[in-house]
Amino acid sequence: MSLTTAHSVVAPSANSKRIAGVIIVAYALISIVPLLWIFATSFKTPPDSIAYPPKLVFQPSLEGYCNLFTTRTRQTPEYINSLGPATGLCDATVRKRNMVIAGPSNFLPRFVNSLIIAFGSTFCAVFLGTLSAYGFSRFKVPLADDLLFFILSTRFMPPIAVAIPIYLMYRELGLSDTALGMILLYTAVNVSLAVWLLKGFIDEIPREYEEAAMIDGYTRLQAFWRTVLPQATTGIAATAIFCLIFAWNEYAFAALLTSGTAQTAPPFIPTIIGEGGQDWPAVAAGTTIFLVPILVFTILLRKQLLRGITFGAVRK
Amino acid sequence: MAEIRVQNLRKAFGAFVAVQDSNFVVEDGEFFVMLGPSGCGKTTTLRMIAGLELPTGGKILLGGDDVTMRRARERDIAFVFQLFALYPHMNVRKNIGFPLLAQGMPAAEIRSRVEETARLLRIDHLLDKSVSGLAGGDRQRVALGRAIVRRPKCFLMDEPLGTLDTEFRDLMVHELRELHNRIHATTVYVTHDQMEAMSMADKIAVMNHGVIEQFGTPREIYDRPATMFVADFIGSPPMNFLKFGGGLAKGAKEIVVQGAKVAVPEVREDIAPADMALGIRPEHIRFDDGSKLRGAIYGTEYLGTTQIVAVETADGIIKARVPAGIHLSPGEQVGLTLSSTRLSLFEKGSGRAVRTAMHDQAAEARHG
Repeated sequence: MSLTTAHSVVAPSANSKRIAGVIIVAYALISIVPLLWIFATSFKTPPDSIAYPPKLVFQPSLEGYCNLFTTRTRQTPEYINSLGPATGLCDATVRKRNMVIAGPSNFLPRFVNSLIIAFGSTFCAVFLGTLSAYGFSRFKVPLADDLLFFILSTRFMPPIAVAIPIYLMYRELGLSDTALGMILLYTAVNVSLAVWLLKGFIDEIPREYEEAAMIDGYTRLQAFWRTVLPQATTGIAATAIFCLIFAWNEYAFAALLTSGTAQTAPPFIPTIIGEGGQDWPAVAAGTTIFLVPILVFTILLRKQLLRGITFGAVRK
Repeated sequence: MAEIRVQNLRKAFGAFVAVQDSNFVVEDGEFFVMLGPSGCGKTTTLRMIAGLELPTGGKILLGGDDVTMRRARERDIAFVFQLFALYPHMNVRKNIGFPLLAQGMPAAEIRSRVEETARLLRIDHLLDKSVSGLAGGDRQRVALGRAIVRRPKCFLMDEPLGTLDTEFRDLMVHELRELHNRIHATTVYVTHDQMEAMSMADKIAVMNHGVIEQFGTPREIYDRPATMFVADFIGSPPMNFLKFGGGLAKGAKEIVVQGAKVAVPEVREDIAPADMALGIRPEHIRFDDGSKLRGAIYGTEYLGTTQIVAVETADGIIKARVPAGIHLSPGEQVGLTLSSTRLSLFEKGSGRAVRTAMHDQAAEARHG
């Protein structure tokens, strides 16, 4: 995507293209270094991960991933030798450190919590946002401007500013440490973004489409479903990504309101550090796996995301 | 097919009155055009007939049924939008079949009806194309196809040719009229383009500021405009006006304009002294050196077979349409003769046309 289509009347020269290219590549490299570092660390052994100077070339190991998914107990070499042959790669790996696998860690259930809460709240926010945006876009809603301002005003302060009242309310309502509570919370935070983004997209769809469908024998809801929604997919996808990224990455509320059954991955990953030394490869492995869903989702919908970001900047 | 009857129809948006007590009847199978400048209320009237807006007052009868407050989908009408409103996520076949799908028609029947319609409009080769790749004229045909496929009671069209370029537009005007002659569907067509209106309509309603100024055939509207607005809006160039004063007595056959006597159709009503205007179509002016009504040539506009000549008179510029062969040079003094049987007289204050022999002759011709 080049800015020149919108702003410049002359084609960019080869030189300016080259300079832009260099800047973009440099920026991409700087952005990707931390990710590559985490990815590399996840395949290091604990000693390699804290080696100084840092090892750029190393023998890859799955120890970080094994440690991430298991809990282990330290045993004497004699005891370990008395056991039968190792039952798998992870078993063999941890035995080298004089440990045996005691059971699965909490990472998988926390990761599943993250999936449920992030996708659940994204679905709710986009669903409510689409319907509200359609309503604001097509009907004369009394006090529409004030309502829209009110919806926007929920984003005037960082959500964490209301952390304490929410903490107290959730404790009273029994919503603390529940997936439902987290879905409600993230939906509430995201729905304002969803309404505003989607209203922009739906405003762009001429209302003639629904009018045509309604004259042709459809109810308004059918007309909405068959003519507006298919044309709003770009906007819905872009909105969904923004909502998902927020809900997926959210740390502060998750740390405050979830501790056990409903804990999500972001507050869980740092707790790995506490279990038996600073296990950086396990932390890196958790982070790497944590990145995958959002990466896949974003790559699948990258065209919509781009349009979502540049929305309104370039006229068709 | 059905007749459309509009009675005292009124629409107000807050304090703004978009349509004021409209009354008209579109007979079964008629091609009816609502013509007027933008903002005159023609589209609002159309949308009320469609059920996309609800009227503030009045009644709409469709084939005798009162549909005033009925939902759009319960009226059995078809609407062609200015921007066609073709669904971009469906191909041509699905677009045309969309109204049939709403009726729960079996797929095989939809298929045959869509293909029949496409053949009628000569777009059967485009059925499986995406609508976004179509040329303007073909989009228009698909939109028409979606309207006629259901065989509704009537068609409503909102400036459907407005976005086409001139070449396509002339073609589509012809096609639309031809289509109408074949299927005889009651049609209400909204436009601001007088050429479209004149060439297609059986009946025209000329609207201005929410009021129907005149309702009649294209010929009536052109030859005997009911108001100065209609006279000025229809015709290119529009009707010329020359002012004159004093009242008119029933039976008068002559008026005085700029000191010259002008014969007019016999006046059939008494008019109290007021500012008056004489209306002359450009083609009803001839140059005649003997005439006392005089002016100087201001400029000419050559059109091939005719030319439009602007003549500066004591009462401003008037335009005459004369054969292209006459040679005229700017500044030249000419006398003007007006074709006495074709002149209109207006009361300037109200803009209303004065009743003359011209109206009575037309009425006799119609009834005789």
